[in-house]
Amino acid sequence: MTDREQRVLDALEQNRRRPPRFDAPRIDMSHGAGGKATHKLIEGLLLPVLENPALAPLSDAALLPFGEAKLALTTDSFVVRPLVFPGGSIGELAVNGTVNDLAVSGATPLGISAALIIEEGLDTEILSREVRAIAKAAETAGVPVATGDTKVVERGKADGLYVITTGLGIADPELNLSPAAARPGDKILCSGTLGDHGAAILIARGDLELEAEVLSDTRPLTPLTRALKRSAGPGLRFMRDPTRGGVGTVLNELARDSGYGVALWEEKIPVRDVVNGACEILGIDPLYVANEGKLLAVVSPEHADAALEALRGVEGGEEASIIGEVREEPARMVLMHTGFGGTRMIDMLVGDPLPRIC
Amino acid sequence: MKYVTEFRNADLARAVSAEISTLVDPGRHYKLMEVCGGHTHTIYRHGIKDLLPDQIELVHGPGCPVCVLPMGRVDEGIEIAERPEVIFTCFGDMMRVPGSKGNLLEVKAGGADIRMVYSPLDALRIARENPDREVVFYAIGFETTAPSTALTLQRARKENIQNFTVFCNHVTIVPPVRALLDSPDLRLDAFIGPGHVSTVIGCRPYEFMPRDYGKPCVVTGFEPLDLMQSVLMLMRQLDEGRCEVENQYVRAVPWEGNLKALRSMAEVFELRPYFEWRGLGFIAQSALKLSEAYTDFDAELRFAVPGVRVADPKACQCGEVLKGVLKPHECRVFGTSCTPEHPLGALMVSSEGACAAYYNFGRKAEERVGARE
Repeated sequence: MTDREQRVLDALEQNRRRPPRFDAPRIDMSHGAGGKATHKLIEGLLLPVLENPALAPLSDAALLPFGEAKLALTTDSFVVRPLVFPGGSIGELAVNGTVNDLAVSGATPLGISAALIIEEGLDTEILSREVRAIAKAAETAGVPVATGDTKVVERGKADGLYVITTGLGIADPELNLSPAAARPGDKILCSGTLGDHGAAILIARGDLELEAEVLSDTRPLTPLTRALKRSAGPGLRFMRDPTRGGVGTVLNELARDSGYGVALWEEKIPVRDVVNGACEILGIDPLYVANEGKLLAVVSPEHADAALEALRGVEGGEEASIIGEVREEPARMVLMHTGFGGTRMIDMLVGDPLPRIC
Repeated sequence: MKYVTEFRNADLARAVSAEISTLVDPGRHYKLMEVCGGHTHTIYRHGIKDLLPDQIELVHGPGCPVCVLPMGRVDEGIEIAERPEVIFTCFGDMMRVPGSKGNLLEVKAGGADIRMVYSPLDALRIARENPDREVVFYAIGFETTAPSTALTLQRARKENIQNFTVFCNHVTIVPPVRALLDSPDLRLDAFIGPGHVSTVIGCRPYEFMPRDYGKPCVVTGFEPLDLMQSVLMLMRQLDEGRCEVENQYVRAVPWEGNLKALRSMAEVFELRPYFEWRGLGFIAQSALKLSEAYTDFDAELRFAVPGVRVADPKACQCGEVLKGVLKPHECRVFGTSCTPEHPLGALMVSSEGACAAYYNFGRKAEERVGARE
């Protein structure tokens, strides 16, 4: 490597470590896609203003000291179109999404709130069905909807219904989950097939005239996180549910925040044929497609096999797989060994996953 | 989708890889250019560089239609999109291509009615459904997508749809390749010819490459084994001292092309005298505009597009990087005024462009990581 190349690379690296500046004149759809633009929005605009120790780790749920214990607090808003899709609906999604943010933080959910923003003109039958979906999902997850709110906005101001849920849980005092806990050699477990939710939504929107039976994977992850805690104990380093931005984005966050590299084996990554097919036609990579009932876990090598067995023994974890591992190199990057026998660098999602023409 | 897995078989890949290795002269460095952006994607996605001997370098060519679009044409599209009466339609990957003052995604956020479509026929449907609005389709792409634009325009005329126009940015593949071949500092050994384009134009248009420039060309499919086989065919030509056009993608490409599609294109389009390419400058007869017979459907005329030229920054050296004369980091603006967030040159626009890949992954973008574990 020449001196000049080294200087250029050093400058890039310095740039990368600098806190991002948010310089877009207005918000566009890429800021909501969960990838690089969303990161810039959060770290460049929100975090500097709201800065505090509970927020700083930007984890799925914040941990707040409360006497001897730690409370876990999380919130999420749901703006999905269509409201009902194969495999689920917005009400169910809203409960599971928040329960899952608590679950992957290692917390036991105590209760959730649900705020409904309803568009003028929404059929009562639709609202009533979604409220029942909320109730049913909460019952399945074993968590009460303890409080809530309703607002009605004028026609055209919401896609029928938006749901915002907040979850409160109690953190497991035994666990110290964080990307910084990851060590080279740790295994990366994935609890099942990837891309089902995002593919189901794309197909359900009907713009594509694709006919394929893909169901959203929305489900509470609490049984899976319990199984992991039991089987891996202190070997459990970190968990996250790869929603917006998909597995590619979550693993880049892991690489960046741990300082280590992540290696993946493509053939170990479970993707349904039909999801693969839909992605292939659309020119979208399943690694960046959203999931709503899957988790990624980093587990120490000596506990990995037991953790995998435990996941496979739980409903929703039957197709769990060890998809990769943490390595010293390439530091702060994600590298995939392709099924074809080559390697490929996996970047964070850049904007919305947009179909390619070429 | 089971039929694609056969073309991604790792055992076959290893066998082809071994055969390629036997043809390599260890003292020689081979530079093969894949012209088409789709090939670049396949090479990147499946990690094909790891399966080739060190002596073979794949150079990414000018064949990504969104990347080569100059800023001026993006700006003009944006100007049309911002008109209140217009519904502006385009392919998804056009949304992020930067003009001089932003991209379509940002303009949409500012209130413009911009809709992503999967086919120009979808745009025509939108026109049918919104007779009181002007629907414009932002047409981009090589000969691969041009026939679908042509067919859409033929249908629009047949149905007499008057609120539909096309902002035509179709380009042709042969002129930029010829421009590259004409440059004295070019260092390339052979070409991996485009597959999708050739389903339309066939293989004959590439015959000038071996004849006039002494460069072999193999028209190639898009699965990873297609690419591997094509490299093997090129290496055989170089090894045996042959120099010709061969067709690897016989399952999709007839030697003479698709005459029906070519006829439609000939009716709807004519060649522009010249067209600007991002990072490459003006290339004669390298793009299409609507023919005399279709002027009613030409958005450039209906909206009196001024044809403003936004100069590529003088410092931009995409052409040199493309020709393999410079490495990305040697470009004057790399990483400073040209970044993936604010790209100036074609090679920074797509995440698979040589400069964007180098920006994101440094030497890891090009290094062979070695045997899999």
